[in-house]
Amino acid sequence: MSNRIQFQTKVYVAALMLASSAAWSASPLPSGDKLLLTGGVSQVEGAAGGGLTPWAVIGGYGTRDQIGGNAFYTRVEADDYALDSYGVLVGLYDRVEISVARQSFNTENVGALLGLGQDFKFKQDIYGVKVKLVGDVVYDQDSWLPQVSIGLQHKRNDQGAVVRAVGAKDDKGTDYYVSATKLFLAQSTLVNATVRATKANQIGILGFGGDKDDSYKAQFEGSVAYLLSRNLAIGAEYRMKPDNLGIAKEDDWKDVFIAWAPTKNVSLTAAYVDLGNIVIRDDQKAFYISAQIGF
Amino acid sequence: MKPSLVRGLMLVALFALPAAPAFADTTGDSAPLKRCCGGDTGPYKDFGEKAGIERLMRDFMEGLLADPRTRPFFEGQNKERIILQLTDQLCYALDGPCEYTGRPMRATHQGMGISRTEFNALVEVLQTSMNKAGIPFRSQNKMLAVFAPMERDIVTR
Repeated sequence: MSNRIQFQTKVYVAALMLASSAAWSASPLPSGDKLLLTGGVSQVEGAAGGGLTPWAVIGGYGTRDQIGGNAFYTRVEADDYALDSYGVLVGLYDRVEISVARQSFNTENVGALLGLGQDFKFKQDIYGVKVKLVGDVVYDQDSWLPQVSIGLQHKRNDQGAVVRAVGAKDDKGTDYYVSATKLFLAQSTLVNATVRATKANQIGILGFGGDKDDSYKAQFEGSVAYLLSRNLAIGAEYRMKPDNLGIAKEDDWKDVFIAWAPTKNVSLTAAYVDLGNIVIRDDQKAFYISAQIGF
Repeated sequence: MKPSLVRGLMLVALFALPAAPAFADTTGDSAPLKRCCGGDTGPYKDFGEKAGIERLMRDFMEGLLADPRTRPFFEGQNKERIILQLTDQLCYALDGPCEYTGRPMRATHQGMGISRTEFNALVEVLQTSMNKAGIPFRSQNKMLAVFAPMERDIVTR
């Protein structure tokens, strides 16, 4: 990892710490009455979940008679690329979640090498909806029934010509998923399993469908989190991805993470992510940091 | 509407109807209180045994009266009786040498109109008291896991 990346990461972490301590020292801000961290954090596409994958939880701290919401900013700093993602979500009565996020993927030096230009960026807007079907992630401790939600993420990439040139069939697409989340409270452990039907290449950054394959594929995404205290959790995630493009192999993503919520109004997540191959750069490792503010 | 969908909806209705009276049942007994730890008394000791649990419940009651979300449900109640009942309940749930003889959860809380918001507030106050008492987080959760399903009996709106 280069010094530049280390420096950038340090600056981001410092800024996030500053923001959170400012929020912490302020008088308590109003928030909903869901228990701390039980709304998850904002995953990279804007839905409530872990870092990489949506969970069945409804984001924000609103209980079934309240509305919750939050805004997030995430930076994924990989060896040869960087991804910025930011957005907002609203949780309605612990039943429906609506989210909007924008991702900006910076190709840095690779952009110049490919003739796209130094720091060429792919941008993508993501509109998400999630609905809780059954179960309660916290209180159903006497049964094996998880909380189950279904959702979709509609994505629109701004580089239609480029993604088609690399073999993608479309610059927009919609992922459909079902998530099951279970808190094993006696074990202080949370487990999530998500199955996503998707055509997205690198979650949509490189468009949808491809020369190798243009059909929806069911992909498994899993998370395990261990709760260290009310406001601190560590865990790991795995996200399978399709491999539709002939020009470049696409790998599954995995991470280890730590999430900290000093108050209901703030959470910080840090992760170390293995992104595998991305276009002409193999074995991409990344630092992921994310801040969320909300109620 | 497709015939298969209509059949499906009728099927759902058939299953839902017999279940409906159970929700309206005001006298029905709630699930019996379980014990947390299959005879492992580690968590019970983490709570400081019965004396520690009683101290915890006294602090908990103070917290409940201080929090505007929970105060209305405890103000003017027989606090001493509630503290002793909760102490027995926790002691039993933690595999301690106690019996719980209080009234069933559902019957006790019926008509109080407790919301999820207020119930979560109670959990937060309890967690704060447990942290103050230095009870390890893992043991806190083993106890909370026993009481969590009672949410269904206590929250009625």
